[in-house]
Amino acid sequence: MRFFSLPDYQLIMLNWFHRLGAPRSFYEISGRLLPVLWVLSGLSILTGVIWSLGFVPEDYQQGNSVRIMYIHVPAAIVAQSGYAMMAVAGAVFLIWRIKIADVALQCAAPIGASITFLALVTGAIWGKPTWGTWWVWDARLTSTLVLLFLYLGIIALRSAMENRESAGRATAMLALVGVVNLPIIKYSVDWWFTLHQPSSFSLGEKPAMPAEMWIPLLVMVLGYYLFFFTLWATRMRVEILNREFRTDWVQRLVVGS
Amino acid sequence: MFLKTIRRDLAVVFRSPAEVINPLIFFVIVITLFPLGISPSEAVLREIAPGVIWVAALLATLLSVEVMFRGDFEDGSLEQMLLNERSLVSIVGGKIASHWLMTGLPLTILSPMLALMLFVNPEGIRAIFFSLLLGTPILSLLGAIGAALTFSLRRGGVLVSILVLPLYVPLLIFATEMVKAGAAGLDYTGYFYWLAALLSLSLGFAPLAASAGVKISLSQ
Repeated sequence: MRFFSLPDYQLIMLNWFHRLGAPRSFYEISGRLLPVLWVLSGLSILTGVIWSLGFVPEDYQQGNSVRIMYIHVPAAIVAQSGYAMMAVAGAVFLIWRIKIADVALQCAAPIGASITFLALVTGAIWGKPTWGTWWVWDARLTSTLVLLFLYLGIIALRSAMENRESAGRATAMLALVGVVNLPIIKYSVDWWFTLHQPSSFSLGEKPAMPAEMWIPLLVMVLGYYLFFFTLWATRMRVEILNREFRTDWVQRLVVGS
Repeated sequence: MFLKTIRRDLAVVFRSPAEVINPLIFFVIVITLFPLGISPSEAVLREIAPGVIWVAALLATLLSVEVMFRGDFEDGSLEQMLLNERSLVSIVGGKIASHWLMTGLPLTILSPMLALMLFVNPEGIRAIFFSLLLGTPILSLLGAIGAALTFSLRRGGVLVSILVLPLYVPLLIFATEMVKAGAAGLDYTGYFYWLAALLSLSLGFAPLAASAGVKISLSQ
């Protein structure tokens, strides 16, 4: 047993990790944290929305349509890092077989797909007034579309497999393969775009924004992340109850109260 | 074991040659549809030829990759192979290699003729040939991951495409750019190296991922 040679703080960390990894304690801990998360994400999104829609100055070129940025950019950011987080959960599940990581992976996919879809739709709405079309085969748009396909692949594979254990491992594998490919896809698409069309729509290169514009953006990004985590934890709790419905503690929780 | 698997798979296939020929017929038919559907004009066809040939090659590979493990899984021989041998990776590698020999290589050999029918110039034809030579093994390698994850499912067919097609995006971009550069008379060695890099990357990882996928699917 190598564990005995670990220093105390690492033992404490490990212990804590194992506790969070057990479905029951995750359920209890997240139950205590969730109200806080809901309030925080609601507050930050509300603040961000009011700030960006009401008080941020108009862009000198784009006018009021620049406000779509505050919905769109955070969605795009969370869509990408959501996939990375999902893949990390997949790796944790494949390596250490921690059940909760599988739950995390399954629950992150639909949320990630929805947020990617939101990023695409808001991008299209933003594109109409600024570029004049709903869609261009711009590098970022295309790679976000491919990201959506990757999310959909995970969801499709999950729903096609009946056995939960192997479905979990298969989707984890696929998420890992996807995360290896994601940078390659991103760079190749970037490259393809720059080869074809010189940056006539150089929205990609952001001018240095004034602080009064990027601070609300930061608030919105924070809000989106918090909202993502809140939804994630909520879904995971439901999934845990679903999976563990035969255990004592769930029975007591549902029937007893 | 690697070579044994290849020899065995080839023997199985040559007893029913339709399996080799069908993807090729599909490849040719898809390419024929484009002049009919878009325009028979020389300028248009020359413009779209690299994309058409590559997309057709991609679809033809996907169609055939789905059965890479399925036949052996259904008659139980896949499990027997795993029981017999220690190295799953070499079996999976052999299956991938024989899949390439049966689809990727014939497609590549057939492609100059089709490129000629789409009015590609000789330099472009050479580029198409080399891009397919380097690219079709990648198609088989990545396709094997999707096939490995889905062979035990009843409705695996479309699923493989959904899982694998997004992964083909970089390959499609580099390969068609290579052909376009070649047809325009430019130097395309840079693209060639890019494809080679993608090939070595997938050679390194895809057999491992595919054999992990086979294990997962068999444990179901």
